[in-house]
Amino acid sequence: MSIFLLIKVTNTMTLLKPLYRLNKYLREYKKDIIIGIILIIISDVLFAVLPKILQYTIDAIAKGIDLRQIATYALLLIGIAAIYAGIRFLMRKIVVGVSRKVEYQLRNDFFRHLQRLSLRFFVNNRTGDLMARATNDINAVTITLGMGGLLTISNGFIFSFIFVLMITTNVKLTLLSLIPFPFILFLMYFSYSYFYQTFEKVQEQFSSITDKAQENISGTRVIKAYVQELNEIDQFNELNQTYLKQNLILAKARGLMWSSMEVLFGIALLILLWFGGNAVMSDQITLGNLVAFTVWLGMLGWPIISFGWILNLIQRASASMNRLNEIMDTEPLIQDTTCTDHSIKGLKGEIEFKNVSFSYNEKPVLKNINLKIKTGMTLAIIGPTGSGKTTLTNLIPRMIDATDGAVLVDGRDIKCIPVKTLRNSIGFVPQETFLFSESIEENISFGVEEAIGEDIQWAADISTISHDLENFPDKFQTLIGERGVNLSGGQKQRTAISRALLRKPKILILDDALSSVDTYTEEKIMKSLLENYFNQTSIIISHRISTIKHADLIIVLDNGEIIEQGTHDELVKLRGFYAQLHRQQLLEKALEEM
Amino acid sequence: MNNYHEEEVLGKAYDSRLLKRLLTYLRPYWLYVVLGVFILLIATALDLVGPFLIKIAIDRNIVPKISTGLFHIVLIYFGVQIVQFGFKIAQTYLMQWIGQKVVFDIRIEIFRHLQRLSLAFFDRNPVGRLVTRVTTDVEALSEWFSAGVVSVFGDVFLLIGIIVVMISVNWKLALITFSVIPILAYIVFFIRKKIREAYRDIRVRIARINAYLQENLSGMMVVQIFNREKKNFNKFDELNASHLEAHLRSIFYYSIFWPSVDLIESIALALIIWFGAMFKYEGVVTFGTLVLFIEYSKRFFRPISDLTDKYNILQSAMASSERIFLLLDNKPDIVNPAAPQTLREFSGEIEFRNVWFAYKNNHDGTPDYVLKDVSFHLKTGEKIAIVGATGAGKSSIISLLCRFYDVTQGEILLDGINIKNLKIEDLRRYIGLVLQDVFLFAGTVEENIRLGNKDISLDMVTQAARDVNAHPFISRLPNTYQEPMMERGASLSTGQKQLLAFARALAFKPDILILDEATSSVDTESEILIQQALEKLMTNRTSICIAHRLSTIQNCDRIIVMHKGKIREEGTHQQLLKLKGIYFKLYQLQFKDRNIKSSAVSD
Ligand SMILES: Nc1ncnc2c1ncn2[C@@H]1O[C@H](COP(=O)(O)OP(=O)(O)O)[C@@H](O)[C@H]1O
Ligand SMILES: Nc1ncnc2c1ncn2[C@@H]1O[C@H](COP(=O)(O)OP(=O)(O)O)[C@@H](O)[C@H]1O
Ligand SMILES: [Mg+2]
Ligand SMILES: [Mg+2]
Repeated sequence: MSIFLLIKVTNTMTLLKPLYRLNKYLREYKKDIIIGIILIIISDVLFAVLPKILQYTIDAIAKGIDLRQIATYALLLIGIAAIYAGIRFLMRKIVVGVSRKVEYQLRNDFFRHLQRLSLRFFVNNRTGDLMARATNDINAVTITLGMGGLLTISNGFIFSFIFVLMITTNVKLTLLSLIPFPFILFLMYFSYSYFYQTFEKVQEQFSSITDKAQENISGTRVIKAYVQELNEIDQFNELNQTYLKQNLILAKARGLMWSSMEVLFGIALLILLWFGGNAVMSDQITLGNLVAFTVWLGMLGWPIISFGWILNLIQRASASMNRLNEIMDTEPLIQDTTCTDHSIKGLKGEIEFKNVSFSYNEKPVLKNINLKIKTGMTLAIIGPTGSGKTTLTNLIPRMIDATDGAVLVDGRDIKCIPVKTLRNSIGFVPQETFLFSESIEENISFGVEEAIGEDIQWAADISTISHDLENFPDKFQTLIGERGVNLSGGQKQRTAISRALLRKPKILILDDALSSVDTYTEEKIMKSLLENYFNQTSIIISHRISTIKHADLIIVLDNGEIIEQGTHDELVKLRGFYAQLHRQQLLEKALEEM
Repeated sequence: MNNYHEEEVLGKAYDSRLLKRLLTYLRPYWLYVVLGVFILLIATALDLVGPFLIKIAIDRNIVPKISTGLFHIVLIYFGVQIVQFGFKIAQTYLMQWIGQKVVFDIRIEIFRHLQRLSLAFFDRNPVGRLVTRVTTDVEALSEWFSAGVVSVFGDVFLLIGIIVVMISVNWKLALITFSVIPILAYIVFFIRKKIREAYRDIRVRIARINAYLQENLSGMMVVQIFNREKKNFNKFDELNASHLEAHLRSIFYYSIFWPSVDLIESIALALIIWFGAMFKYEGVVTFGTLVLFIEYSKRFFRPISDLTDKYNILQSAMASSERIFLLLDNKPDIVNPAAPQTLREFSGEIEFRNVWFAYKNNHDGTPDYVLKDVSFHLKTGEKIAIVGATGAGKSSIISLLCRFYDVTQGEILLDGINIKNLKIEDLRRYIGLVLQDVFLFAGTVEENIRLGNKDISLDMVTQAARDVNAHPFISRLPNTYQEPMMERGASLSTGQKQLLAFARALAFKPDILILDEATSSVDTESEILIQQALEKLMTNRTSICIAHRLSTIQNCDRIIVMHKGKIREEGTHQQLLKLKGIYFKLYQLQFKDRNIKSSAVSD
C-alpha cells in the first residue's frame, strides 16, 4: 500500500512539472505570497485554538466560577474570532488576488505570443481550440493556483495544529478518535481518481451527443428527404440513454462516497463519545476537553474532504498548463533575421520573384516563379481556384516564406527588410474580407496611427463605400457586426479596400477584392484607383477580365505555374486559357441581359 | 461561438411563468419526487439526532458519572449512522436520478421538436446556436434539477428542524441564538448582492474577452499585415484588466463574506456561552443543552449562507430555459393535413400548376419571388432536365416538390392530388433525392446506404451498390461495407461519395428520382461509371435532373430552361439549340466548353 502511495506521490510530482512556467509570474508577487503564507499560519493557529477557549469556559462553568470570568471568556472568544476574521479577510484577498493577477498576466502573454505566430500556425490550429486554451485552461490553472494553493497550505497547518492541540490534551483519546481518518483519506483519494476517469467518460459521451446533434442539424435536408426523423430520434435517444446511465453510475459512486465519509466521521465521534465519556467519568479529562475534541473533529472534516479535490485540481491544472505550454513554446516562424537591416525605413515598391517555389506540407503550390514588377506597374493575376494566386501574394508581406528562391523588394531579399517596415509599405485586401466589430471609421483607419477625417473620406470615396454610408443614420460611426449592421459582401469588400488605401501604400495588393461588387461599381472603383494610384505598384487578382484588362502585365497562373503572360490584347490573340475565359464572360454577360 | 453576446444577457433569476413550465417536467416523476422529499425529511431528521444523543449522554451519563446506559447511547448512535448511511445514498441517488431523467426528457423533446421544424427555420438559425440549445443549455438545467430544487428543500427542512428542536429544548436560549440572524441576513443579502453584481460583470467581461479573442484569431492575418499587433494588444489588455478588476471586486466581497459569517457564528457562540452559563447557574439549562446549542448553531448558519449560492444556479437555469422554451414554441409550419389522402398506387405523374414561390419578403413587404408562375407536367416515367444559370430557381423547384417549403401560390400535384393533402412521410418516400454535396453520416458504408431503414437488408444494399457501380470501390475498402465513414467521408473521393448517394437513392426504390447537380463535381475517372449508374437509376422512373453535363441532359426526354425564376424555353436538345435563345447560350457557356476542356485534358 505504501509503495503504491509512493508511486502516486511521484506521479503528482511529475504532474507539477508543467506548472514550472508559473514561477516567472509568482516571483513578481513574492512579497504578497510570503505575507499570505504568514497570514495563513496565524489564521490557522487562531482557528485551531478557538475550541480551547470553549473548553476553558465549560470547565469554568462546571467549577461554578463567577459570571464575570465567563464574560471575559466570551469576550475573548469574540475578540479572537474578530482577529481571525480580519486575518482571513486579508489572506483571501491577497492570495486569491495574486492568482487572478497571474491569470491576467498569463492571458496577456498568451495573446501577445499568438500575435507573433505566423499564418501557418493559424491554419493548423482551430480558433475554438485556441480560445478554449485562453479561457478554460487559464482559468483551471488560476483556480488551482488560488484556492488550490491556499487550501493546500492552510490544510496542512490546520491539520498539524489541531493534531498537536489534541495530543497535548490527551494522547490516548486523540489516537483512538483518529482511527477512521486514514480510511477516510484513502477513500477520498481513490474515489476521486475513480471520479476523474468516470467523469472523462461522461464528457466523451456528451461530446458524442453534441456531434450527433451537429450532424443531424447540418444534414436536415437529407434526413427529411429520406424520412429518417424517427430513426434519428432513436439514435439520439440511445446516445442519451448511455449518457444517463453513466451519469447515474457517477451519482451512485458519489452518493456512496459521501455517505461512507459521513459514516466514518460518525464513527470517529462515536469512539470519542464512548472513550471520552468514560474518560470524563473517570476524571481523566474534563467535560470541556471532551467538547473541545468534538469541535476539533468537526474542524478536521473539511481539510480531509478537500484533499481529494485538490489532487483532482492539480491533475487538471497540469493538463491545462501543458496545453498552454504547447502554444507558448511554439517559435514564431516569421520574424526578423540575422541579415535584417534595421536602417531600412521605407520602400519604393519594386518587386521581384526569383525562382520562387512554395509547398504546403510537401505539396507544391508554386513552382519556380520568376517575375519582375517595376515601381508603379500594375500586375494582374488570373487563374483557376487553387492555382496559387493567393499564395503568391501572401509571400510579399511575408505572411508565409518561400520554400525555395527569394522574393526581392527594391532589390533586397525581403527577409533582410524589417518585417514591420515591409508590411508598413503594403496595402493588402485579402480574399476573405475580415472586418472588426467596430465602427466603419475605425475599420478604415485600422492600419494607420492617426487618421485625419479628410483622408478617411478620400479613402472611402475611392472605394465608393462613402456613397453607401450616406444612407446609414450613423454614417462613418455605423457599427459593424452582431451589434451593428450587417454589411453586404460588396460593402465589406469596399470597406476593406478603403482600409488598405488609407495607408497610402507603396504596394497595393487586391486579392479578388471586388468579387462581390457588381460590374458597374467595379469599373468605377478601378477607374478611380487607376487615377489615384498610377505611380504605385499594384497587384490585382480577379476572376473578371473586365477588372484586369487595363493592367500593364497579366499573368495566368495554373497549378502553381505561369502559363501565359502579356497584355490583354496579346493574351486574347494567344487563344489559350485567357482567351477562352474572355469569350465565356462575354456570353455570361449576354445571358444576364436576356 | 456566436453565443457570447447572448451570454451577456442574464435574465431575471425568478420568472414564475418559466418556473411553472419547468416544474411540469417533474410531473411524470411526481411519485419519486414525493419519495425523495420524504427520504430527505428523514435524512435531515437523522442529521439532527446525533448532537441530541450527545446531549443525552452528557446529561444522563457523563456529568452525573453514571456509566451504565452510555453504551446504549453509543449503540443507538451507531444504529442511526447506519440507517442514515442508507438514506443518504438513497437520497443523493434519487435526486440525481430525477434530475437526469428530466433533463433526458427535455433533451429528447428538443431534438424531436427540431425534427419537425421546416427548412425555413433552419435557414434562419445557425447550426451552432441550435446545437447549444440541445447541449449546453440543457446541461444548465441539469444542475438545477439535480442540485438546486431538492437541496433547497433540504436546507429549509434542516433550518426548520433546528429551530423546532432548539426552541423545544430551551426557547430562551434559542431566541438568544437567533438574535444574530438579522445581522446575518443583512450580510447575506447585501454582500451577496455585491458578489452577484461582480459575478455578472465577470461573465460579461469574459464574454467580451472571448469575442475579441475570437475576432483577433480569425483576423490575425489582417492584424499582422496592418501592423496592428500593439494597438490590438492594448485593447485586449484593457478588456483583460477590466475582467481582473471584476474578479478582484468579487474576491474582495467574498473575503468579507465568509469571515463575517464566521464572525457572526462566533458571536452566537459567545452569546450561547454567556447566557448558557447564566441559565446553568439558575439551573434552567444543563451542560448537555449547552453543548447541543453549540453543535446546532454551527449547522444553522451554513444553509443560510448557502441558500444564496443556489440563486446563481437558478439564474442560469432560468436563462437557459427561456432560450429552450423559445425554441420549443416555434410551431412547425409544414405539417400533415388533418385528413390525409392516400395514393393507392402512385404512378409517378407530377404537375406544377402556376407555382409562385418566395423565401422571404422584399423590404417593401411584397414577396421576393424566386419562382414565377411555373407550370409543367411530367407523365409517368417521363424524364426531364432542368437547366439554367445559378440562381435561376432550379433547386427551389425541387425543394417545393419535396415540401421542404410550401408554395406561396399555385399547386403541386402528384397523380392529380395536391401534395398538401398527402402525408409528408408518404410524399417523401416516393422521392429519391440526390444532391450535389453528398451528406454522409458517421457510420459504416452500409448504414450510409440503408440509413435507418430496417427493411433494407444487406443484400439489397449490396445489390443497389452493384447497380450503380459503387460495389467495386466499396469492396476494395479494408472493411468493405462495414468500413466506418470518418468525418463526413473525408477518405472518399467526390465521385465515390456521389456513387454512394446513388446507391442510397436506389436502395429506397423511389418512384421519382431527383438529381440536383449530382454529377457536376465529379472527376473524369468516375464520369463513365456515373453515367452508367444514372441510366440504371432512371429506367422506368419519372426523373428530374438538374444537370451541368450534356451527357446527363441528353438522356432526358425533355429540357426545361429556367431563367430568373421563370420557365423560358422547353423542348428537346435539338429543338432548343435551333431556337438560338437562352439554351443556346447556356449550352455554349456550360456544356460546350466543358467538353472542349475535358477533351483538352485527355489530349
Ligand atoms: N493552408 C493551406 N494548407 C494546405 N494547402 C493549402 C493551404 N492554403 C492553400 N493551400 C493549397 O494551395 C493551393 C493554392 O491555393 P491558393 O493560393 O489559395 O489558390 P488561389 O488563390 O489561386 O485560389 C491550393 O491547392 C490549396 O489547396
Ligand atoms: N434558403 C433560401 N433562403 C433564401 N433565399 C434562397 C434560399 N435558397 C435559395 N435562395 C434564393 O433563391 C434564388 C433561386 O435559388 P435556387 O433555386 O437555389 O437556384 P439554382 O438552383 O437555380 O441555382 C436565388 O436567388 C437564391 O439566392
Ligand atoms: Mg485565392
Ligand atoms: Mg441549385
